[in-house]
Amino acid sequence: MSEAAPKKPEEKKNIKIVKDATCTFCGCVCDDMELTVDLDEHRITKAKKACVLGRAWFYEHTLDDRPVVLIDGKEASLEEGIETAAQVLVDAKFPITYGLSDSPCEAQRVAVDIMDTINGNIDTTTSVCHGPSGMAFQGVGESTATLGEIKNRADLVIYWGGNPAESHPRHFTRYAVTPKGMYIPNGKKDRTVVIVDVRKTPSSPVADILVRVKPGKDFEVLWALRALVKGKKICDDIEEQTGVSREMLDDLVTRMKNAQYGVLFFGMGLTMTRGRHFNSGALLSLAADLNEFTHFVAKPVRGHGNVTGADNVVSWQTGYPFGVNFNRGYPRFNPGEFTTTDVLSRGEADAAMIIASDPASNFPKKAIEHMKKIPIISLDAKETVTSKIAKVRFAVATYGINTGGTVYRMDDVPISLRPAFECHYPSDQEVLEGIRNRVKELLSGSKVRTAA
Amino acid sequence: MSSELKIVNGRVYDPANNIDGQVQDICIRDGKIVDSLSGNAKKIDAHGMIVMPGAVDIHCHIAGAKVNLARKLQPEDHRLDVHPKTAVTRSGTGGVVPSTFATGYRYATMGYTTAMEAAVPPITARHTLEELDDTPVIDKGFYVLLGNNAFLYKLLKEGRKKEFKEAIAWWIDSVHAYTLKLVNVGSDELWKGRKNANITNVNEKIDHYDITPTHVIESFIEAAHELGLPHPPHVHCNNLGHSGNISTTLDTMKAAQGRRVHMAHIQFHSFGGELNKDAVSGVRPIIDYINENKNITADVGQVMFGKATAMTADAPLAWMLRNVKFNKWVNADTECESGCGIIPFSYQSNVYTHALQWAMGLELFLLSKDPWRVLLSTDHPNGGSFMSYPKLIKLLMDSGYRKEALDQVNQKAINKTELRDLEREYTLNEIAIITRAGPARALGLSNKGHLGVGADADITVYTEEDDKEKMFNAPRYVIKDGVTIIKDHEFATDHKGKLLHSKPGYNQDIAGEIEPFFEDYYSVKFNNYAISDEYLHKHEEIPTQPNS
Repeated sequence: MSEAAPKKPEEKKNIKIVKDATCTFCGCVCDDMELTVDLDEHRITKAKKACVLGRAWFYEHTLDDRPVVLIDGKEASLEEGIETAAQVLVDAKFPITYGLSDSPCEAQRVAVDIMDTINGNIDTTTSVCHGPSGMAFQGVGESTATLGEIKNRADLVIYWGGNPAESHPRHFTRYAVTPKGMYIPNGKKDRTVVIVDVRKTPSSPVADILVRVKPGKDFEVLWALRALVKGKKICDDIEEQTGVSREMLDDLVTRMKNAQYGVLFFGMGLTMTRGRHFNSGALLSLAADLNEFTHFVAKPVRGHGNVTGADNVVSWQTGYPFGVNFNRGYPRFNPGEFTTTDVLSRGEADAAMIIASDPASNFPKKAIEHMKKIPIISLDAKETVTSKIAKVRFAVATYGINTGGTVYRMDDVPISLRPAFECHYPSDQEVLEGIRNRVKELLSGSKVRTAA
Repeated sequence: MSSELKIVNGRVYDPANNIDGQVQDICIRDGKIVDSLSGNAKKIDAHGMIVMPGAVDIHCHIAGAKVNLARKLQPEDHRLDVHPKTAVTRSGTGGVVPSTFATGYRYATMGYTTAMEAAVPPITARHTLEELDDTPVIDKGFYVLLGNNAFLYKLLKEGRKKEFKEAIAWWIDSVHAYTLKLVNVGSDELWKGRKNANITNVNEKIDHYDITPTHVIESFIEAAHELGLPHPPHVHCNNLGHSGNISTTLDTMKAAQGRRVHMAHIQFHSFGGELNKDAVSGVRPIIDYINENKNITADVGQVMFGKATAMTADAPLAWMLRNVKFNKWVNADTECESGCGIIPFSYQSNVYTHALQWAMGLELFLLSKDPWRVLLSTDHPNGGSFMSYPKLIKLLMDSGYRKEALDQVNQKAINKTELRDLEREYTLNEIAIITRAGPARALGLSNKGHLGVGADADITVYTEEDDKEKMFNAPRYVIKDGVTIIKDHEFATDHKGKLLHSKPGYNQDIAGEIEPFFEDYYSVKFNNYAISDEYLHKHEEIPTQPNS
């Protein structure tokens, strides 16, 4: 990870400045970058306002000379790649698509269309990050807010199971802790920051109050807080069970009830540990309950640049946010059945299109073993473990740097990207549109089933 | 090559052109109605059928951030009502908040060819435009929420009316909206800033701004009049759903001072009685006022029994409903612009308030003296799904059916209304007005809602049936832009409708006033806020007619 700009921009002639560009590295989707682009070298030499992750994202982006398409490891034309990919998808009985969270909405929309057309299965990286929060949302709803509202009003900011200092560095500085807002004239001085986690992290120093929970006991703490908020009794050995003292819980409850505008941010430390959607559900319920006393909101701190867009697109086209199956000619939703790790681990999928993600490097062993047995179509801006095992591998342009499009910030605010410079790779939207059009030609409506 | 189509032998209902059931031919060339065609035009023989313009929904919630939250919230609703694909159309899911594709197709199967999304916060308008682009067949537009906008309040507080007007125009233009929407004016500041409080009196001062909701409403109506927007401010009054809210509603209508204003889902604002006591129907004074004042248009917001979803920018209202059953609830605050609340809901015929609301909606229709100004809506999905419009039409057209229906609902509620005494039956011509000609005229859509020469060739053809619910449930043909989308009740092809938007003129200097406010109080950059024309896709700008 390089933090220093490689070259001084002034020495170059062919320099372009892109103001108010957007960084898509994480779910913060900061849209206030000022990029200095060296058009001769095809690289970004300066990214003003970017955090350490954003600088790495911009500075390390160079155009390599990978072939646009590889089929079975051999270089091929874009048309040949599209033809082979379309054939693979049409021939499959249980084709799946996975990823999408680092792809703009315009491409995501086409991906859903393809799966609808071939009765496939569509799932996004949500199923392995905040999927449980999506399920909890379906169960209990959510009181939430855009990040600007937090900046303007939140006087009590609680982070639960996350480490934004390392994962979302500007979450503190641009949105939720240090910025001054309409009714928070002194920034951090006007806010109380609480961090709840199982360990100390680089985020801990930001906290006014640090709450250490025993690993795997988040649900118990959240449920105890709900009981105390409602004035109910809790068991005497709560500290023994959870590591959090009764005094600490009482103090938190008092602060939460007395806040003018409180917010609970939560991360994968909550959603991907014991309890999962019960944890998210408990937290969302706590935030809802607190509205009987004051104004309180909650928000999952989403990871990838456009994972929130993927949730939105899949929801508006199918009614469900992830883990959607079209086998019957209409969308069905069932996490655990139609989520990608499951359809792979059970050996059901017989072709997979992986877009902007790398499941071969981080899925369970059984799922990866199955991936190696089936034809993979991969679209990625960088070489990945997945792209290396792909039958058809497309090298695509990087969104936000080489191509535009729409992304959704973690709070559902949509933002249009301003690309810094062009590249010779096609966008994932272009490739997917090519595949879609060819798939439709090959099928010409024949994958319509009349009965379920 | 031009495409021609002739619909022959049908009984035509085209109230804007004073055609009331006469047998006439309709000629279509290149998506428009024309007066004659060449001899070899394709023909649809509509003998024994009813021909009407495509219907226009003036108020519904079908696309954007809050709609998508409501969709995500209710998987249980989708799985009971799947929407399979066909050889020519995409799949989706239904329920009261269908997926985008299902929404477009299902509107078409009701004979609707235009629908207006009624509440979009500007910061998420890009999302609405993306969803509308995925909503097939129908033409569509949206109303942008400006009634709780912090920057506009600041201008009003400073008495800067001219800049206020310019800023409204900037906002409508920047997000490609059709007109502006006001919802529970003044409430957001109290909801977010004063621990979930609400404004209860339109003449009380809004926290921090030293202005009253009445002043805000007056100012918007005046500015919209001067800008000459095709449709006036679309107003969701304060105190929705509260007993005795008719005084607020009357005050709001009076604030228009004779200028054009549209009152949204007026049924929800027609409660008599006293606050915090059982409501009674307050329809009489409301409908009398509307009947007498031609500057006012309204949509009814009829409640239909069964599943609904409360989905509103009126966050305190959703909170009130949440506290009835404590079921799942969504609240979503939008910085500087809006609030939002969502609650899955079910209207039950045995529940006093629900039956009262059902009866009040029907009273409004039956006591209306001017069908051109009291228009059909269920405030979809708030009062019920748009899929229930055919049943609502039957309730209006068939007094025997209505009598049977009212005998089966909570009688205590019915007794608080005049419904039992109302014998009126809507005619087909009147139905064509409240679903087509009226909404089109109220919206300022001169090419819609009628079949005169130059109109958009958006047409529905129904097989005539005595059972009007059955008839309106399944048009035999639906023609959009001259293309036969539904033929013999089946989809013949897919189609993309257009975005309808307006573009009021303004002095560009206003952007320089707004930008510093963004730097201080928004979380997105001013330069990234206005939405580029790429998001318009297929679109039509509806001209403004400024008044100075």
